Amino acid sequence: MIDKLSSALNFHQEVLNLRQERLQVLAGNIANADTPNFKARDFDFGAELSRVMSQGREQPLALSTTSTLHAAGQAEGFVGVHDLRYRVPDQPSLDGNTVDMDRERAHFADNSVRYQASLTILNAMIQDLRTAMQPE
Amino acid sequence: MSLFSVFEISSSAMTAQSQRMNVTASNMANADSVSGPDGQPYRAKQVVFETMARNAGDIGGVRVAAVVEDAAPLRLEYQPNHPLADAQGYVSMPNVEPVHEMVNMISASRSYQANIEVMDSSKQLLLRTLTLGEG
Repeated sequence: MIDKLSSALNFHQEVLNLRQERLQVLAGNIANADTPNFKARDFDFGAELSRVMSQGREQPLALSTTSTLHAAGQAEGFVGVHDLRYRVPDQPSLDGNTVDMDRERAHFADNSVRYQASLTILNAMIQDLRTAMQPE
Repeated sequence: MSLFSVFEISSSAMTAQSQRMNVTASNMANADSVSGPDGQPYRAKQVVFETMARNAGDIGGVRVAAVVEDAAPLRLEYQPNHPLADAQGYVSMPNVEPVHEMVNMISASRSYQANIEVMDSSKQLLLRTLTLGEG
């Protein structure tokens, strides 16, 4: 019963997680819009989503521990994406930076709207499940 | 790992951009400072940005790696009556280019705004996520 509940919500949970990862990548691009030699990055959302649905989430690189008393450590700056790619610049600049601010902001806005759409759908699904659970 | 790291990334960029604005303001203010603490004319300064990501595959914010002095030659002005004039009557003026500084300032403020917007939308998404399942 419970695993049915979680599998019903699983898809949108993964969607939200990937949207959030993409938000982070795009925020990184916008933050580095003036950094020399910075290359803008992004990933193919559809491809990553189908990979996550079939193979599970990408795990961060963890510190290997040989005793249960060892403190666990995880790699910082990790992106939960298998295939992070470089953007092909339309107008490369002289300092080697490939961030196109307009493009990044458009993608960012698009990504946030889709994030909110997923939230709305998820909310509706939870509402449906609640309604189904109501005693007559 | 979460939407919170977007705040970290954007705030690092805002810090870096405001430092760039500070340097620009200092350059503009000292465009005519013929003498500093070391007795030399003021030299224009520039910030060098650097990404905070450790590896090539990681993402991260931005930081100011260094503040460097502009190596351009000082501007010579003919003012024989100036107390700091040399034997030929020339005074070394700072190598600040007001046009460069204005462009730098506009670029910095635009980038600052863009990062604020990123932060603002992330905040809204985060707040909406918190209300998931309510209502």
